[in-house]
Order: sequence, then structure tokens, then C-alpha cells
Amino acid sequence: MEEMINVYLYGKKYTVPSSLTIMEAFEYAGYQLVRGCGCRNGFCGACATIYRIKGQHELHGCLACSTKVEDNMYVASLPFFPLEKKIYNIEEIKPTQQIMMQLYPEIYSCVGCNACTKACSQQLNVMQYIAYAQRGEYEKCAEESFDCVMCGICSARCPAGISHPQVALLARRLTGKYIKPEAKHLTERVKAIENGEFDALVEAVMDKPLEELKEMYNTRVIEK
Amino acid sequence: MSVPYTAEMLESVKKVEAGRADRIGFEPRRMTAEEKEVILRENHPDYNMDSFKTIEVGPNAGEKAPIELVDLLQANSRVKGMDIDLAHPTYDVDVLIIGGGGAGASAAIEANEGGANVMIVTKLRIGDANTMMAEGGIQAADKENDSPAQHYLDVMGGGHFANVPELVKKLVCDGPSAVNWLDHLGVLFDKDENGVMITTHGGGTSRKRMHAAADYSGAEIMRVLRDEVFNRGIPVVDFTVAIELIKDTEGKIGGAVLMNLETNEIMVARAKCVIIATGGAGRLHYQGFPTSNHYGATADGLVLAYRAGARLLYQDTLQYHPTGVKYPAQIYGALVTEKVRSMGAMFVNKDGEVFMHPLETRDVAASGIIRECKRGNGVPTPLGDGIWLDTPMIDMIHGKGTLEKRLPGMLRMYLRYGIDMREVPIVIYPTLHYQNGGIRITADGMSDIENLYVAGEAVGGIHGRNRLMGNSLLDIIVFGRNAGQQASKKCKSVTLAELTLSHVDQFAEACAKAGIVTDLVSPKLLPDYRRKV
Repeated sequence: MEEMINVYLYGKKYTVPSSLTIMEAFEYAGYQLVRGCGCRNGFCGACATIYRIKGQHELHGCLACSTKVEDNMYVASLPFFPLEKKIYNIEEIKPTQQIMMQLYPEIYSCVGCNACTKACSQQLNVMQYIAYAQRGEYEKCAEESFDCVMCGICSARCPAGISHPQVALLARRLTGKYIKPEAKHLTERVKAIENGEFDALVEAVMDKPLEELKEMYNTRVIEK
Repeated sequence: MSVPYTAEMLESVKKVEAGRADRIGFEPRRMTAEEKEVILRENHPDYNMDSFKTIEVGPNAGEKAPIELVDLLQANSRVKGMDIDLAHPTYDVDVLIIGGGGAGASAAIEANEGGANVMIVTKLRIGDANTMMAEGGIQAADKENDSPAQHYLDVMGGGHFANVPELVKKLVCDGPSAVNWLDHLGVLFDKDENGVMITTHGGGTSRKRMHAAADYSGAEIMRVLRDEVFNRGIPVVDFTVAIELIKDTEGKIGGAVLMNLETNEIMVARAKCVIIATGGAGRLHYQGFPTSNHYGATADGLVLAYRAGARLLYQDTLQYHPTGVKYPAQIYGALVTEKVRSMGAMFVNKDGEVFMHPLETRDVAASGIIRECKRGNGVPTPLGDGIWLDTPMIDMIHGKGTLEKRLPGMLRMYLRYGIDMREVPIVIYPTLHYQNGGIRITADGMSDIENLYVAGEAVGGIHGRNRLMGNSLLDIIVFGRNAGQQASKKCKSVTLAELTLSHVDQFAEACAKAGIVTDLVSPKLLPDYRRKV
């Protein structure tokens, strides 16, 4: 017999098997999910959830798909949070410190409470990556924030109204486009293909009779 | 932390550990073409004919497809009995994109670039898609020792030469420019200090051409594409699903009937071109398999297009990813990226023996695992038998800290349930991963229906009967962009006649004539995981 525990979904009590994730507990209780359910595997951030264990003061942020239920867990899902996304043209902006000031000036109102970090469903050091963004250290911000699933729990907890995931996304795009060195072998290959340098090679393979093509495939040299 | 494995599993782990040092630097033999043929025929779920049946109505009548898909194709329309006012559409656009994953977003950006008035409708949110979950990487032939021709050969061989050559040509020739496009949009690819892309092998590749962004490759691409869609001000209508396509009286595509998934409100979108980018079908759980797919992967696009008269291709071939999670229960069926094997982890049976090369193509690898379990050599878990994937090998080969740096998502997924994959091997078994087949298109991205384009996993033919790792992220970008470009050009010369849903009635009549009686309604929209009391 499976161990059963009590969870409170939006305050209402349900008794569910203790092995379930929060998302599965909703479904076990009879919810047909539309919102608050996405990849079901911790990558998309659709199932942001806030919970508290009865009698404890601490609030926790998590993803419902990747967190097991606990006894006396009070659960509220946060399927949408109004993050502020600023519009910009990636071709026109530059990775200067000013761009953050222009687009997301509220990051300079951070009071250092660290509630964002404590709430992060991915256990990222959110306050630290915001500090990097403040200083224009975009590469560090990008690395620190890389595993962000943009669930928005950090922003829900922020007294300064910062949209952390959007700040991090801007930092990552600036890093990818402007700060990381160009992949020269890639740009050269694109040019070569555009110039038709590979056309003959591709067509030669395409024109092979099936048996010859199979032989080529079965005997091809595989890079070590 | 004690590992949450059973005593029996822990006994077996000792055998895995005993042989580990000897496995470093050892490369198991690859199978011959004949051996592959036999192992597939005897073990691959696509050859389990009990789970297929014949399509009776429509362009593919007489061909086989999974039972669940056939039932949905021939089910009742959701617009049946509705009085829909096609003359006063809620939305009137040049290009309507159905689906907000990587293919849909790429198409939207290019259609916008081409000057079209474009709109995305998506069942859940933009980015809630299999793209977001693609972990391992994206292929492109951009290294010195590689070429599009070499890539072509790998794709064809991997697909058992059933691929549509002109589509493969497009895939491989546009590969480098696709990755370059993403790179310039700001996707953070793994590069060395000189900007050289760090590339690895995938199953069935003859060159190291797998580009990655740690093991968040798809998520990183999707985050950037979504941001770009928003920056361009492209309207995204979320939690809204297309329930039928609309044609005009001349047989061209004319838009779609939409339904707000939360309020059930019905709306009409009129469009000169429509792009189906609805993705795959993992949530249909063919043959009872668990799936690595997104919640919304229910083959909706195939149902819509088929009813409107578009032909499917290879609808009878599915990809079972060899390494789905077998244990623990909370992540049952979730994907363990192939990159784990690209980086050196091997398949090991319960006795600690390596029984096959870790980087055969996915269909062969999945068949090998199924066979090994059938032979009684599987690792017994409370959820059934699986196979060890010896992940501690990765840090032994590449140095401590490598797994954490290159596979952070995998590490986090297992740590949540008390399993440290740097220290102990993990148990895997094939999981339903990818719809190899789909709607037939030509190289311009168009289906059999004029001005109806298809991109991404909903397309059939690019990958033949088996797709290689890293060619799906590539295909959604190449064919997504292509569909957006083609549609934005085409829509300029389109004049729509009167809109009609008569094809829906005709399909229903054909079903009735064939004696099909069913209560089932399609498209499915979402799976139902509520407890059956």
C-alpha cells in the first residue's frame, strides 16, 4: 500500500500518494491542467509554484513538475507572472553598461534582500547575476543565469519590481552576439556554400544509385 | 546522501563499477548493416504490427499508421454541428502560423522580415514545445573535415535511405547558415576561446558536428527566438488552438477555426497562407510507451491537414529515444540526452557487461536495449527492467567537473531525486520521442494544399524512417525559416475566394461511407492524466 499524505491545493485538502510530483498531485486530485503545465520535465518554466509547509514561516519557489509533494504542503501555482519585457533591436544595441540603464533601470533599485535567489526554482544565484548586469559584466551574468527557465518566481518575490529573467536574457543575447568571439569557420562555410562551392559534391552524392550510396554509407570513415 | 536504488540495483552497480576502468578508451564494435536489419526487425516497436492499423479514408487510405493516430484522423470534427460565421473573421492576416515552438517562431521571424502581416496562434504559451526540451544539440557541417555532402550521407543512412532527397539537400546545405543565424541572434553556443564551435558526435554521425549550448540547447534557442518574436511585435495568441483549417472555394488554404482553450470561444482567422508548426505526437503514448515530449504533443496538425486533403508520409514510423528515464518514477520517460553518450557514457547490463556501441543510430540503440532486456539481462527496478547508462565514465574520461559543466540540466534533474549521476550510473529504457513521419511537403515547404506550409516535427520525409540526434533542432530552424520566407513571398499574390469548411463535411461523409462510427473527437488538444476512479 502506497504511503498517502495530505496536500492543500489552493488551500483545499487532498490526500495523495507521497511519491507524486506536485503536478501529478493536481492530476490525481482531478484537475485537467491547461495552464501551469508545459514540458513536465523542468525546462520550460510553465509550472512555477509557491508553497509553504504548514507551521513553517519560509516560502519556497519550485517547479510543480519536478518537485515531490510533502505532507502538509500548501500549494499555489503561478502559471503567469507579469514580467516586464523591453523591446529592442538586437542589431542596434551594443553591450555597454548604458544599455541596461536604458532598458532595465530598476535593477539599480535592488535592495539586496536576496529573496530572488531564495525563491529560484533552479537554485541560481539570481541576486548575483543582477549585480553582474548592474556592472555591465554581461558574460558573467550570462553564465550565472544560463539555466534560467524564466518561470518568474524571482520577480514575484522582488520588492524592487525587477524582471530578472528578462534582464538575464538580454545579457545572454548580448554575450552571444557581441562578446563571444566570432565562429570564423562557420561564417566562412556559409559563404562557401552560398558561392556554390559544395554544389557539385552534394549533387554527386545525390546522383548515386541507391546500392552505391548504401555502400558509401556503410564504409564511410567515422571521425575518432 | 544514500542512493535511492533497491538492494538488487546496488548489487548490480558494484559490477558496473568493477569494469569501469577497463571501459575507458575501449570502443565496442559497431554493428554491420545486416545485424542492424535483424535487430530492428525483431525488436523495434515500429515492427510490432499489432499496434498499427489501416487508414480507411483520405489521401493515405490503405496505408498503416499507429492505431491511436488512425482513430484521431478518422474521428469527428470539433466544428461538427457548429454554425461558424466565416464571413466575419476575428483575425485577418497574410500569414497564420499554428504552433509556437522553434519552427513556428523561426517562420514568424522570417515572414515578418519578408514584410508579411503574420500572427502566431499557439495551444499553450509560445515556447511550450519540444524545442524547449531538446537537450543535446544541433548538427551543421561547418568544420574543415566536414561537408554538406558528408552530412547528407549520414542523414540518408540514418533514415534507411527512405528520406526525400530534395528535403535532405535543403537540410544539410542550409545547416551552417541556420546555426549562423542563431549565433547572430545571440544564442550562446559552446565555443572555445577562439570562437571555434565545440562539436561532438551524435549517434550515426561520421563527423563531430553537434553544436550545443550545454544541455539546454533547445531551451537556449527557444528563449532567443521567443524574445525576437516579441521584439518584432509579432502578435502571439496563446492558449488558443486551431480546430480545423479553412479553405476557399477554389481549394486554396484560407485560414483556420480557432478555439480559446480556456473559455471555449470560437473564432475565425482568415489568412492567405497558413503554416502548420504543431510538432509531434508523444502524448498519444503509442504502444503504451512513456514519452519525453511536451504536454501539447498530440499530432493536432496532422489531423487538421489530413482532413483538408494533405497527404502524410511515413506516418507509421516513430522514434523511440534509447535513453528515457526508467527510474525514478517522478521523471519516468523523461529524456536523458544523447550527449551523455557523446561524452563517453556506455550502455551496461545488469552483469556489468557492455553489449553494444553507445552511438549506433537511435532506432538501433533502442532495439538493442529492448533485446538486452528481453534476454533477461536488464537491470530490475520497481518500474520494470532497464539498462545502466554508466555516467561516472564522463568525468573519468574528461576530468572532474566536466559532467557538471556540460550536462547541468541532466545533473539537476537527477539530483532532485537524490541520484548523483557523477557517482552512480542511471537506469534508462526507450521512450517515445519523435514523430519521424508527418505531412508531406516539397522543398518550398508547401503541402499538397495550395498555400498550406508545414515546418518542424509535423513534416514527414526529411528524416526518412529514423532521425539522427541534432537534426531536429536543425530542421525546425531550416524549414521554419524557409516556410516563413516562402509564405511571405507567396501571400503577396494570393486573392482569396469565399471561405468554406466543406472539406470537413466531405471527410465526415467519407468516414460514414466507410462505416466508421466513433464518439471520438479530434484534434485531441491535450492528454488526460486525471486519476481514473
